[in-house]
Amino acid sequence: MTAYLKLDHIDKSFARGGQVSEVLRDIRLTIDKGEFVSIIGHSGCGKSTLLNLIAGLTKVSAGAVLLENKEVDSPGPERAVVFQNHSLLPWLTVYENINLAVSKVFGRSKSKAERHDWIMRNLDLVQMAHARDKRPAEISGGMKQRVGIARALAMEPKILLLDEPFGALDALTRAHLQDAVMDIHSRLGSTTIIITHDVDEAVLLSDRIVMMTNGPAATIGEVLPVPLARPRRRIELASDRTFLRCREAVLKFLYERHRFVEAAE
Amino acid sequence: MSIQTIEDTKVKAFPAKPAEVIAFTAKARRRFDPLAIAGKLASTLVPPVIVIALMLVVWQVACSSPTSSLPPPSQVWNEAYDLIAHPFFDNGPQDIGLAWRVLISLQRVAIGFGLAAIVGVALGALVGQSIWAMRGLDPVFQILRTVPPLAWLPLSLAAFRDSSPSALFVIFITSIWPIIINTAVGVRNIPQDYRNVARILRLNPFEFFVKIMVPAAAPYIFTGLRIGIGLSWLAIVAAEMLTGGVGIGFFIWDAWNSSRLPDIIVALAYIGVTGFCLDRLVAGVGAFVTRGTTAK
Repeated sequence: MTAYLKLDHIDKSFARGGQVSEVLRDIRLTIDKGEFVSIIGHSGCGKSTLLNLIAGLTKVSAGAVLLENKEVDSPGPERAVVFQNHSLLPWLTVYENINLAVSKVFGRSKSKAERHDWIMRNLDLVQMAHARDKRPAEISGGMKQRVGIARALAMEPKILLLDEPFGALDALTRAHLQDAVMDIHSRLGSTTIIITHDVDEAVLLSDRIVMMTNGPAATIGEVLPVPLARPRRRIELASDRTFLRCREAVLKFLYERHRFVEAAE
Repeated sequence: MSIQTIEDTKVKAFPAKPAEVIAFTAKARRRFDPLAIAGKLASTLVPPVIVIALMLVVWQVACSSPTSSLPPPSQVWNEAYDLIAHPFFDNGPQDIGLAWRVLISLQRVAIGFGLAAIVGVALGALVGQSIWAMRGLDPVFQILRTVPPLAWLPLSLAAFRDSSPSALFVIFITSIWPIIINTAVGVRNIPQDYRNVARILRLNPFEFFVKIMVPAAAPYIFTGLRIGIGLSWLAIVAAEMLTGGVGIGFFIWDAWNSSRLPDIIVALAYIGVTGFCLDRLVAGVGAFVTRGTTAK
């Protein structure tokens, strides 16, 4: 069986003014269909660059991103991204923001009524149907991020890419959204990659945790499977031994073996 | 010191209550309150009325002497009464009311400025989007935009061999620069996130222009349009003075040639009021179109 998504010996370096800085070196990773993978690492290690490479927003310097054995090197709706700062268009309402995506992706294959149903179904999925006529400025940060997730899901992506989606939210809102993401994942079985710097979030959500070494020339240091049954409940997990063991493993990786060195910046 | 602290605490203690009071007045204002409306109207209208009255008095006093070279307001009122009271009279080809003349000038502005808006936004989008277009075109724009409107007139008269398209061209070329430059700045300032959304959705260039670029740059575009309409109104009067026709600009030139100074003063008032209305119109349309755009 071949992997659903394959990152095949990816290097990435940026050239600026004659200086070449190597950000990622020899990234090798395969992800199965329906898997939930989180990528964790210190800031500046190139996690977001890696996500942008998978999304096709940035081009690889060497190697390839293969989705169902086909190389992808440009962005497309089958790899939908939920951005850290939601990136909703402020002049459109919640409904119109999703409609922009839906009418572009399904403009030919779905009728107008079907598209409307599809938009409302995705809004329901993130419990935001009540705010359909509001503009992004009129809803809270957590709600914006929910709409951002609905917009990504509405593209019916093969892979859902979340770029530190809850980084700017308070702890309670973040917990709500994590639950929402887990719920959606269990219902739709969507292949999901999430970038995070939150250890608990990584362990709670993912099937596997990809831990990145520090840059420059960061690479995958270790991949930790999280053998916890789903559905997962955060309160039960708080004292679960497997959960604690995984959490400890990630913490040890991040703070013992690959401590963040400020001076390296 | 202790007294001051007590006073400080008192002062600090108060703001908690007025917050409720404000909430109540907001509710009360929703009901029809003629006194409040009249008061608000008076507070906006009375100061300018007083200032204008004072200016008229000073003007009257200053120009009352028989040797004065300019007419006082009373003379303007008496001699140009027809123009003031009947803006829409029509007594044949060259004898029409000032409102008609303003409308004819406005028609020219509409065509010239409309073309400038279309071409300006398109060129601005190109310059804002492409680094090479910017490098090539920006220096040219920066030099051409400083050329005064009337300096274009001889050239355009030579090129078009007719006064009417020349006037349009002068309006066009005067008002296009701020539109181009502002649009370019607006497009350059579109957040990378919006561009990423467009790339993921695979919007084609046309969809990107209509759905992302124009709304995202709309506040800048409308600033450019507002400056542009002001400039084109400046240019039309100057251009009509030289090219003739029946516009308000030619009327001033004609009145000067036949020494009708009161007529000129009335025409100036018309031009000022029309320019003000144009500016407000574009600003109003801009505020309506860009609502929500600037909020994050």
